Amino acid sequence: MNIEMRGINKSFATNQVLKNAGFDLKDGEIHALMGENGAGKSTLMKILTGVYSKDSGTILVDGKEVHYKSPQEAEKAGIVFIYQELNVLFDLTVEQNLFMGKEITKGFGLCDRKAMCKKAQEIMDRMGVHIPVTAVMSDLSVGQQQMVEICKALMVDAKVLIMDEPTAALTQSETEILFQVIQSLREKGVSIVYISHRMEEIFELCDRITILRDGEYIGTRYIKDITMDDVVRMMIGREIGERYPKRDVEIGAEVLRVEGLTHQKLFRDVSFTVHAGEVLGVSGLMGAGRTEIMQAIFGNLPVVAGKIYIDGVEVKIHNPRQAIAAGIGFITEDRKTEGLLLEKSVEENIEIANLGKTSRKGIRSKSLRTKLVKEAIEEFHIKCFGPEHECNNLSGGNQQKVVLAKWIYTEPKILILDEPTRGVDIGAKKEIYSVINDLAARGVAVIMVSSELPEVLGMSDRIMVVHEGKVTGIINSADADQEKVMTLATGGCLA
Amino acid sequence: MKNGTTATKSTKKIGAVIGEYGAFIALIVLVVLLSAINADFRQPSNFTNLLRQATFNGLIAVGMTCVILSDGIDLSVGSIFALSAIICAKLIMVGVPAVLCVLIALVAGTLLGGVSGVLVTKGRLQPFIATLITMTAYRGLAMIFTNGKPISRLAESISSEGGSFFFKALGKGNLAFSSNTGISFPIPAFILILVFVLFYFILNRTTFGRRIYATGSNAKCAKLVGVNTDQVKIIVYCISGFLSSLAGLIMISRVNSAQPTLGDGFELDAIAAVALGGTSMSGGRGKIIGTVAGVLIIAVLNNGLNILGVTSYYQDVIKAVVILVAVLSDSKR
Repeated sequence: MNIEMRGINKSFATNQVLKNAGFDLKDGEIHALMGENGAGKSTLMKILTGVYSKDSGTILVDGKEVHYKSPQEAEKAGIVFIYQELNVLFDLTVEQNLFMGKEITKGFGLCDRKAMCKKAQEIMDRMGVHIPVTAVMSDLSVGQQQMVEICKALMVDAKVLIMDEPTAALTQSETEILFQVIQSLREKGVSIVYISHRMEEIFELCDRITILRDGEYIGTRYIKDITMDDVVRMMIGREIGERYPKRDVEIGAEVLRVEGLTHQKLFRDVSFTVHAGEVLGVSGLMGAGRTEIMQAIFGNLPVVAGKIYIDGVEVKIHNPRQAIAAGIGFITEDRKTEGLLLEKSVEENIEIANLGKTSRKGIRSKSLRTKLVKEAIEEFHIKCFGPEHECNNLSGGNQQKVVLAKWIYTEPKILILDEPTRGVDIGAKKEIYSVINDLAARGVAVIMVSSELPEVLGMSDRIMVVHEGKVTGIINSADADQEKVMTLATGGCLA
Repeated sequence: MKNGTTATKSTKKIGAVIGEYGAFIALIVLVVLLSAINADFRQPSNFTNLLRQATFNGLIAVGMTCVILSDGIDLSVGSIFALSAIICAKLIMVGVPAVLCVLIALVAGTLLGGVSGVLVTKGRLQPFIATLITMTAYRGLAMIFTNGKPISRLAESISSEGGSFFFKALGKGNLAFSSNTGISFPIPAFILILVFVLFYFILNRTTFGRRIYATGSNAKCAKLVGVNTDQVKIIVYCISGFLSSLAGLIMISRVNSAQPTLGDGFELDAIAAVALGGTSMSGGRGKIIGTVAGVLIIAVLNNGLNILGVTSYYQDVIKAVVILVAVLSDSKR
C-alpha cells in the first residue's frame, strides 16, 4: 500500500504541532519515523489513522484521497496503529483479546471458542511465535503482549502497520524475535512505519527514514546513504557535539560497599563498591536482576543475606525511608507508575520528596517551597508553564528532569538511576548526562543501570555486568567494549 | 482580537470558579430557593437547628474525606458511631465519671478505626472489604453488649452534677453570645466548625496533609520518596474512627440514650457528602471545603424537605437526583 501525506497542518488550541508536515510510505518497506519528543511523529500517525482530524493537507492512499474519521475506519482500510502503551485487556486470555469485538459465534451471541482458538493458533504459527492462546495476558511478558498486538493487527489483514517505540520494554531476545517478525511481514508485502529513539535499531532494521523537527518535515533518506550523525543533525538542527560529554573528576573514597547481597530467588551474592565521584554502570539483559538489586539496596525489596556499608559503616536498610536517611536516592525505571505523582504538579512532586526542606515543624512553608521549586525549574531547565504545570502534560524528558530534581535536592551521597534516559529524546538525554556528570563532580557516588550499551560505555567509570542474578564481572570502562559486556551479560567468560 | 482573548480568559475564569466552588453555588441556590418558598425555613433558629443536624454527618464526612483522599473508603463509620456510643453508655451505667467515659469511648473509636487501617496495610485487604468486615463486626459487638436493647436515661445515671452537665452540654448545649438578645449557638455545631478548620489546616498546611494526598495519588511513588504510606493509611482510618465516635457521643448526649442500631447507613451520607464536594473517589484529589459544602447540601435538603412536608420516600429520590446533578456537573469541568 502506498501512502502519501502532504502539507499536513494541525493545531491544538493555539499550539501548532504540525506545520506543513509530510510523509510517504512505499509498498513493503520498513520506514523509520524519527524526531525528538514533541516533534509530531505520533500526531502525524494519529492523523493518518483517524484518531485526530487534520486542519489542512492531503492524505493519498494508493493515489486516492482519504479521510478516515476513526481508527476503526483506517483499520478497515488495512492501516493499524500499535500504540506504545499497549491496548491490552490484561485479565483476559490471548484468544479473548484477539477476538474482542469480532468474536466468532454460533449464533444467538454464543461464542465459538474452539473456532477462535484454532484461528488464533493459526495466526501465531504464521508469525512463528509460541504463545499459548489460552494464557491470560497479565501472565505474559511485555514482549509477548506486543506479539499478541501484532497478531491482532494481522487478523484484520493489515497492509500498513505503525509501531510506536515497540522495543522500549523488550528484552534483547524479544527484540530479535520482533525484528524477525517485522522482516517476514515485509516479505509478505506489509509496509511498516517504525517510530523509535534507538538509532542502532533503526540502522539495523529500516529501509528509509523520515525526520521531523518541531512539527516540520525535514527530509527522507535511504538508510544506506546516511550516517547516525547526519540523522542527529537533522533531528536537532544543529551539531550536538559529543554524544557523551566528558567528565574530569577525581575519584574519591569508597562511599558504598555491598557485600553478598542475596534475594530468595532473584539474585545472589552480589558484591560491589562505588566511590565518591564515580559512575558505576550496571549492564545486563532485561530480567537479569539489575533493577531488583537496586530496589533491595534501597530497601524496597527484602533480602535474605548481605551487608551494606556506607562510608565504611554498616547500615541496616529495611525500607525506603531508612535508605533516604542513610543518604541514598533512587530514580526508578518506571517514572510513570513509580517515579512521579503524574496527576500532580511539578511543585507538588518536588515538594513531596523534600518535605523536610520545605516545612518548619511539620507546617508547610510557602516561601521555602516556592523558592526551592523555582530554583529546580531553572537549574534543570524543566520546560513547563510554571510550578503548577501537571506532570502528565510534560514530555518524557521533562518528566525525567522533575524526577532528577526532586531527588537531587534531597542531597544524596549515593544516587541510583535506573534507566534514566528511557523514552527521552536526544536533546534531553544530553542534559541528563550533564546532570550525572555534575553530580559526580560534586562527589556523589552514582550508580546507573541502563539497557543501552553505548550509554553505559560512554558514561561509566566502571561497568558491573549482571547475568541471571549474579555479577559476572566488573570491568573498567577504558578496557570495555560492547562485545565484552555482551559476553558477560549472556553468561560467557572473558578470555 | 485583544478583546476576544480577554473574553475567553474571563469565561475560562468563570468556568474555573464554577468548577472549584460548584458545590457552594448549588448550596446557595438551594438555600435561596427554599427560603423563598417557605417562611419557616428562613428563620434564624432553623439555621442553627440545621447546623446541629449537620453535625453527625459533618464529623463523619471529614474523616471520610481523609480516608478517601488516601485512596481508601471507610464503611465502618456507622458501626463505630454506635459501638463507641454503647461503650460510653455502658461505662456511665457502671458509674465511671462522665469525662472519663467520653475519653475512653473516643480512644476506643480511634482504635476501632485503626483496626481497619491495619487490615488494609498489614493484611493487604482492599479498603472496601476491610471496612465491610469491621462494619459488620462492630455492629455485631454493639448488639452483643446491649442484647439489642437501648440503654436509656444516661444523664440521670451520672452521679456528679458536673459530669451530668458536661455530658448534656456535648449534644444539647448552647454557647450563649449575649444573654439579652437570646442568640445562642449549639455546641455540636461549634465542635463541627472547629473540626472543619482543624482539618482544613492539616490537609493544606501540614506535611502530613501532603503525605495523605501523595499516598492517594500514587502510593508506590510516595513510598519511594520516603513517605511511610502504611502509617499514613492507618492514621487516616484512626481519624475516621475518632470523628465517628465523637459524632456518636454527641448523638447519645442529645437523645439521652444509646441504641445498638445507631448510625445505621451513615457511611452512605458521608460518602455522598464527600462526592458532592468533588473529591475523587480514587484518591489524591479533593478539598475539605468541598466536603463542607457537600455536608451542608445534604443537611439543607433533609431539613428543607422535612419542613415542606415531603414524605421520606420522595426525599430519598430528590436527594439522589441532587447528588447526580452535582456530580455530573463536576466531572464536566
